[in-house]
Amino acid sequence: MPSSRNRARLLAAALAVSVSALAIGLLAGPRAEAEEEGMSIPPVADATVQAECSACHMAFPAALLPARSWRALMAGLDDHFGENAGLDPATTAKITDYLVANAADAGGHRSPVLRGLGPDDVPLRISETPWWERQHRGEVSPSAFKDPRVGSKANCVACHRDAARGFFGDD
Amino acid sequence: MRLPTILLAVTLVATAGLALAASPVRQAILDGYAKEAGVAAFSAERGKAFFEASHAGGKPETPSCTTCHGMDPRMPGRTRAGKAIEPMAVSANPKRFTDSAFVEKWFKRNCDSVLGRPCSAAEKGDLIAYLSSL
Ligand code: HEC
Ligand code: HEC
Repeated sequence: MPSSRNRARLLAAALAVSVSALAIGLLAGPRAEAEEEGMSIPPVADATVQAECSACHMAFPAALLPARSWRALMAGLDDHFGENAGLDPATTAKITDYLVANAADAGGHRSPVLRGLGPDDVPLRISETPWWERQHRGEVSPSAFKDPRVGSKANCVACHRDAARGFFGDD
Repeated sequence: MRLPTILLAVTLVATAGLALAASPVRQAILDGYAKEAGVAAFSAERGKAFFEASHAGGKPETPSCTTCHGMDPRMPGRTRAGKAIEPMAVSANPKRFTDSAFVEKWFKRNCDSVLGRPCSAAEKGDLIAYLSSL
């Protein structure tokens, strides 16, 4: 049974790849079997964060930035990368609590995501952390991010189709 | 055979008619803006011009509604981060303007992003009139 299930999954993945205009293959992105082998990062598990932070892009996993970054980002939602993404104070506080509690450094954790970041560095973008740059250097040509089907480094889902479920491809 | 077919056709037409009729919530939202603006009716043409214009005063990344929503509101738009936005035209997306808290939340954000100020009740009403007219 497991092997036929796997085959079905591969087939589904292959179909999805060939059908999707944003298919990874075109961009030399993570392969379809990423989901079996690749890095997995817990997706946002809070309904409020999921609802409020996924309107304009995927809800980015809390574990991809340190707590100080989330605090700074949440303090500036009215001017969020050139847009007003403001929320009422109670919702803002609730979302901040979740992101901080699940941040890369929550509970003193030494996550690989923090490697290369100084204690005073407060990156507001995941895509500007040394960790993120390491994952993509040499793997993705810089022009791939400007491809109209991608448009932005922040458009993780264009290349990592299962990013919203926490799967980010293989090495 | 004939009568059922006719009945079916009548039912389908009636259902389509109902679906196209203004939703009571959307009408209430419009009535609220009309009262606030002190006007009797809104203008779809003014709403179209407002939607398509390049505005000054907002954030440089977002000069126009069309920056993210595109020129044809019957088609999906795209955020600056690359995510699809469902169509704004009520004919293409009947859920539009049927939740007043949601509508106000996005007017508050996007009018600030695009115009650098809140939209007036007249501007909001004209815009909804336009997006309901397509
Ligand atoms: C233009 C396509 C593209 C975009 C956009 C993109 N990535 Fe990647 N990413 C890749 C490729 C290609 C690799 C390397 C191949 C691989 O690991 O499968 C990669 C690797 C990774 C890895 C390492 C995976 C592993 O198993 O080692 C992570 C984590 C990751 N990306 C996260 C992100 C996040 C988070 C975003 C959005 C902020 C993002 N990526 C945006 C293409 C992209
Ligand atoms: C109104 C739209 C909108 C909403 C709502 C929104 N964002 Fe964003 N976000 C953006 C845009 C636009 C960018 C920049 C995209 C770019 O430069 O490509 C961005 C970028 C980001 C980035 C950096 C991505 C990168 O490059 O690594 C983070 C982190 C982020 N947002 C977190 C959040 C969180 C947390 C929330 C919920 C509180 C949120 N966003 C809600 C529009 C939004």
